Amino acid sequence: MTRHVVAKAEEIQAGTCKIVTVKGREIGIFKVGDDFYGLINRCPHQGAPLCRGEIVSRLVAPTPGDYRLTRPGEMIRCPWHCWEYDIRTGQSLCDPNSVHARAFDVAVEPGKTLVEGPFVAESVQVTVEESYLVVTM
Amino acid sequence: MADPSGDSPTDHHLTGAIDCDVHPAVPTTRALLPYFDDYWREHVLRRGLERENFEPSSYPVNAPINGRPDWHLPSGPPGSSLQALQSHLLDRLRPSRAICNVIHGAQVMLSEDLSAAFCRALNNWIKAEWLDRDPRLRASIVVPPHSAELAVEEIERIAPDHRFVQVQLLAMAELPLGRRQNWPIYKAAEAHGLPIGIHAGSSFRHPPSALGWPSYYLEDYVSQAQGFQAALNSLVSEGVFVKFPDLKVVLIESGVTWLPASLWRLDKTWRGVRAEVPWLEQQPTETVRKHVRLTMQPFDAPPTEKQLQTLLEQLGSDRMLLFSSDYPHWHFDGDDALPSGLSAELIQKICVDNPLETYPRLKDPALKETT
Ligand code: FES
Repeated sequence: MTRHVVAKAEEIQAGTCKIVTVKGREIGIFKVGDDFYGLINRCPHQGAPLCRGEIVSRLVAPTPGDYRLTRPGEMIRCPWHCWEYDIRTGQSLCDPNSVHARAFDVAVEPGKTLVEGPFVAESVQVTVEESYLVVTM
Repeated sequence: MADPSGDSPTDHHLTGAIDCDVHPAVPTTRALLPYFDDYWREHVLRRGLERENFEPSSYPVNAPINGRPDWHLPSGPPGSSLQALQSHLLDRLRPSRAICNVIHGAQVMLSEDLSAAFCRALNNWIKAEWLDRDPRLRASIVVPPHSAELAVEEIERIAPDHRFVQVQLLAMAELPLGRRQNWPIYKAAEAHGLPIGIHAGSSFRHPPSALGWPSYYLEDYVSQAQGFQAALNSLVSEGVFVKFPDLKVVLIESGVTWLPASLWRLDKTWRGVRAEVPWLEQQPTETVRKHVRLTMQPFDAPPTEKQLQTLLEQLGSDRMLLFSSDYPHWHFDGDDALPSGLSAELIQKICVDNPLETYPRLKDPALKETT
């Protein structure tokens, strides 16, 4: 397992996603509120670039007509067949027990710590002043 | 259940079964006259309606399929004699119960009030001339399906008699069955522990095929499966089973083999459009398995027993099928009312356990049986 510096923390605004490549694999890095999450950019259904889908909310209705918007901005909808996934966990809504997209932890690390320990930063220039997003893989 | 090898009236393998679909027929409209109130009897006579027989045009009495040759009567339409039902079916196959579903033009009349008046007369008639005369008989409540208000009134009037075990609708009505205008019917049915029996048939407000009017009975009869698919899709999509979690629906004479493929498509499509119907949290198939039952005649069985096994596996539940003879319609000869190739265990479920689970009123210990 290696720590990969994938982006500067300030590059990704809340409610957006940046697609990075780690060990040849595309990963979408999402910022939801103040937190960062990583999801493989590949839909478990038929392989669509999942993280290029729309970031959506979870629409629920305990009973028909009783509409509630929940978890705003916490779901990603696949651009091909619109299956929905929880950005935090990769779990699908349609079949949560067997269909999920692989999720990765994203840590925020100050440049100061990073310059000390071993890490890979293929395309990110690390300086001590800034904070960085780190995926371990 | 008795020895399945025997076929004499005393030890047939259907002895003790619950027959979930038999069709008493109104001999003539005149026979209903005592069962109208004064106002509507006068109305019927003034309009000469007692000279009409109001048989639904899908089921003309003379079509061979609508009356097995050895169940024809010397006079009157097949199914119109209690004595004949007893000797052809009740005393021969010896089911413990048989549920009477009256199919009559009352259910498709354009005037809601006339429809309601005829339905009241039909329910009074079935009670007095059939239920009161044979303790093995049960019945569905016939309602005017195009007026939820009048349908609920009739359910409330009849429901205290627990020999009525179901509310009967047709698959193809003015509106898709799931629409909210119909919900008061489901609410009343659920409250009284009455499943909704959806019988094949159309009120012909729309063509029975999505393409338009068919030319032949062949098309009409085969299109019934489309009508059932659409009715089921409507009930599921509109969230009827979420709104009424204790409601059961029985598809009567729907055939069975179309169901697995239809459900695969429903599940698959739901995955992508789930957000549009957010009340459907579960795969639609799960909902259908829980709430929907199907009667077994006519059973559009595949050609071989092996294929039948595959189909049963695809249904994914041994709780969904209910035994029915569909008396007096002609779907089988002799006493072979069940397709061959079913295990003894499954026959027990289909004939007894599943009907008892579907129709809670069949278990009613407080039921006073009138003979
Ligand atoms: S590829 Fe993502 S839903 Fe089909």
